[in-house]
Parts: sequence; C-alpha cells; structure tokens
Amino acid sequence: MSELTKEQVEHVAHLARLELSEEEKKAFAKDMASILEFAQQVNTLDDELSRKQVAPMSNVLSIHNVFREDEVHESIPVEEALKNAADHKHQQVKVPSILEDE
Amino acid sequence: MTILDLRLQEIHDQLQKKELTVSQLIHASLERIKEVDDRLNAFLTVDAERALQRAEELDRHAAEKQKGLLFGLPVGIKDNISTKNVKTTCASRMLANYVPIFDATVIKKLFEAQAVMIGKMNMDEFAMGSSNENSAFGIVHNPWDAERVPGGSSGGPAAAVAAREVYFALASDTGGSIRIPAAYCGVVGLKPSYGLVSRFGLVAYASSLDQIGPITKNVEDAAYLLQVLAGYDPQDSTSVQTDIPDYVSALDGNIDGMTIGVPKEYMGDGISPEVKERVNEALQVLEKLGANIKEVSLPHTESSIAAYYIISSSEASSNLARFDGIRYGTRAEEADNLMDLYKKTRSQGFGPEVKRRIMLGTHSLSSGYYDAYYLKAQKARTLVKQDFDNIFAECDVVIGPTTTSTAFKIGEKTEDVTDMYQEDILTCPVNLAGLPAMSVPCGFDSQGLPVGMQIIGKAFDESTLLKVAHAFEQNTEHHQARPNL
Repeated sequence: MSELTKEQVEHVAHLARLELSEEEKKAFAKDMASILEFAQQVNTLDDELSRKQVAPMSNVLSIHNVFREDEVHESIPVEEALKNAADHKHQQVKVPSILEDE
Repeated sequence: MTILDLRLQEIHDQLQKKELTVSQLIHASLERIKEVDDRLNAFLTVDAERALQRAEELDRHAAEKQKGLLFGLPVGIKDNISTKNVKTTCASRMLANYVPIFDATVIKKLFEAQAVMIGKMNMDEFAMGSSNENSAFGIVHNPWDAERVPGGSSGGPAAAVAAREVYFALASDTGGSIRIPAAYCGVVGLKPSYGLVSRFGLVAYASSLDQIGPITKNVEDAAYLLQVLAGYDPQDSTSVQTDIPDYVSALDGNIDGMTIGVPKEYMGDGISPEVKERVNEALQVLEKLGANIKEVSLPHTESSIAAYYIISSSEASSNLARFDGIRYGTRAEEADNLMDLYKKTRSQGFGPEVKRRIMLGTHSLSSGYYDAYYLKAQKARTLVKQDFDNIFAECDVVIGPTTTSTAFKIGEKTEDVTDMYQEDILTCPVNLAGLPAMSVPCGFDSQGLPVGMQIIGKAFDESTLLKVAHAFEQNTEHHQARPNL
C-alpha cells in the first residue's frame, strides 16, 4: 500500500486532536500505511465471515446493563477533585476561551 | 539466595516466631533496588519512607494469629495502576506529575491482605508496546542480558521480580503485557479471565481486553496473589459475580488423565527451534505425569493479530481522549483557545507509539472506514473465541510457547513498527477470547536466555491452569535459576 497523503494524515490527526510537526507528518504517512497494510490481514477472512454470517463481538461477557440502587454515597470533595487540574478558580476548572474569534 | 527467595509460608512462620521482621524484608527489597536498579531501570518511583513506616506498623502486629494472606511481603506495582498519594505516570510525559486521589480496587485488596507497597514500576507508555522501549522515562534492561529487552509492556515488574527487587508484582495484560515480559525474564506471569479481577483504578488502554494480574517468581506465589485480587467489584461494571475457589489448595500436583491441546499454529515455522524444543521437553514432563497430549488447531491465529491491533487501538483512541490537559495531567502552555490547548497538550504529552495507535484507532473508527476495520475485527474476534470453544470442548488446557523467540536486542525491532506488533501473535488471541493464561519458565536457549511456556485455560478456570503450571514446576528446576547481576 502506498503512503498516505499529507491531507489524510492531517485529517486523522485533527480527529484525534493531535498537532503534528512536518517531520511527524512524513513519518506518520509512512508508518500509517504500513500499519494499515498490516491491519488488512483481516480481509483474508472476508469469505468466511460472509459465508458463516459471523456476528461481531465487542466483549466476551454477555452484554447487559449494570444498575445500582440510587443511594447517596460519599463523594469526592471539590478541593480533592481539583488537585490535579492545571488551573482552577472559584472551585472550578479554568480553561482558555472556548469560542474562536473568527 | 536472599530472604526474598523464601517461600511465603516459611516467611510467615519466621515472622510468627520473631526470627524475622517485616522491616528486614522491606530493607532487603530496598537494598536490592539500590544495588541493581541503576542497571535495570525497573522502578519509576521508590516509596521507601512509607514502605518502612508500614513495615514498622506491621511488625507491631507480627505475633498476632490473624494475619493478612500477604502479610509483610514487599510488592511492586506497574505504574498504570492508581495509587493514592503516590505518582502514577503510565510512563508518559502526559502524567509525569499525576498523583491519584484514590487507590485502585486491587491496591485496596493488597493493603487489606497486609502487603507492603515498595514503589511503582516502569512500563511501555500507557502499556502500548511489547519490549518496554516505549517508556518516556527510559527503557528497562533484561536482568539476564542488559543489552536485551525485558519484554513489554510490563518490563519493569518482570525484570524486578527476576532480579528479586520485590517479592512479587502487579501488572496488566491487554495483548500479552504480563506474559511476554514474564517469558523474557524467566518468571511466572498470570493474566486472569476477563472479569475476574477488578479494573477499577487501572488506567484504561483497551477496556474490553485489559486485565490486572500477578508477576511472581513461582506458581505458588501467583496463586496466593490471585486469591487476594480475584472477586466482584461493584465499581467495575465488567467485573463478574462468581465464586472464588481456593487457588492455593488446587496446587495438588495431580494432572493424571488431563488432556492438553497443543495448537499446531503455535509450533509452526515462525517459532524459533530452541523455543519449540524447550516446550516439547516440557510437554514430555507433563505427559509423564499422566497428561494426554493432543494436537489441536487455532486456525485464526495469523489474522487475530490484525484484529487485536484494530480493536485495541480503537478502544485506546477513545480511552485516551480523556487526556486533554483539563482535569488532570500535563497542560500545554500558551494555547490560543480550547482546541489549540487540546492539540498542543496531546502532541507534547504523548510519545510516538501512543500517537500511532491513537491515529490507527481514530482512522478505524472514522466515517467510511468503520465497517472495513473495526466491525470486521470484531467479527474476527468471534471466530477466535469459537476456535478456543471448540478446543476446550475436548481439552482441559492449551499449551504452546509464550513468544516466538527469546528476548531480542534493544533496538532490534524498532525499524518497522509492525515487526514489533508480531511479538503478540501467541498471546493476544487469549485476550480477544477473554481467557486466563500464564507463562511459566521452561528452560533456556543456547545463549542462556529464558524460554516461557504458555498455558491457556477455560474461562474462570484459573485453578486448573495453576494446577498444571504447579505440577510442571514441582517436577523441574527452571524456576530456581536466577540471573547473575
């Protein structure tokens, strides 16, 4: 498989919220192509999957909702919860402006 | 031979009789770390002060009859398991200064059993890697040969147990991360059934595959540690309510009449001849003990590795979205707006392999590619599970090598990224199927490097797994070999 285009790499990086340097973009174009080629080994199963109509499995355990009683438990104090935040003010996490000025 | 080599019962007897103190045990561990860890780099944090303090507390209770199952034993913890007030970095710059405000359930259980935590151990960043070369805080060296990798991602725990820096260790396994380093370092590593051990407090890599388990110097220790770890936890929604048997009493040496399946794909051309020889010799030992050996087939072994990387990277891309510089972890400076902050933080915080897997996962889940990658991989997962179901209809356990070769040289497999992914080919099918499996030492190659035999069991049948491993260990001496350091 040929290398990915720079635009393809930039698109996936944006979805993943990564900012790549020009060097990284070049390296990832090559690496991603080789990883995707590797991943395409699953295509060797195409015939078997359609012949047997195999169902997908997301988890080995039977999937069911897990509920608990709606009881009040001790919760984490706000000061504790904020301990690892890089910036906070008035008991809230502080972040840069969300709206872009365009 | 040090006091850390003594059997658990022997240590407890000596503590009871006051011939030994917990403080002595902890000092032995701390001194060994001082002596050898410069060369191994197995530890990221050594919490000597609190360990010694805890030891003194326990020594005041040493004469009491009612003691925890792991009373006084020095344990090391892989650095992706949350420990209250002790840094938990996942060997990533992203969490370089992260100090959790809570203990993982397994840590609480260790403390209830009165084990003493020595520190936190090196690993591949966010548990992504098979050689421990992806740590942001330096590679770990194999105690048998410092020029070689210890295996990954739990390289720190395996190297430390092999070097007797701790009595045993806790690690995690998503596609082989307990078993591969156990094999390369000549120690015992057990990945429990999915759902047996709580994942609450384990920093998630791939949630449908991750399990926490022990790395120990022998099978008996693994049984003791599993006894403490296993059990339902309401804080993990995938934790299973099941009766926990007495794992230690299952170690009765009786495997007469058992059927052992040996998948032909695990003994094929891709496996080093010396590894195959050692595993075949091990099978002969088990046969002499009365087991029946039977050739079986896991026809989807080859394609399972691709399915594994698609599924694990997809789950990782979602799980690691939480590292955005907002609530915890490193935050990039000088961001213009929130999007910029996310991107700068993540680009500076994650290392290359983590970025690659996030990219692969994001791509696999993205619009237009979902059916071709993620959905197809999930279907392949069903086939892998069915292969094992078929085998376990007529076998008690499955045995093969843990890895295709012995430990390779540092830097040997970093050129092409997918070379490294092939390392997991014999271990990741087990995670896809949610089964328990362990690696036990079964000898050495001509270069003196350890070979690991992998034993795979039926879901939630850890007792049989441990029984077979223990019977083998009792009739061989491989587990007594120690690296020269």
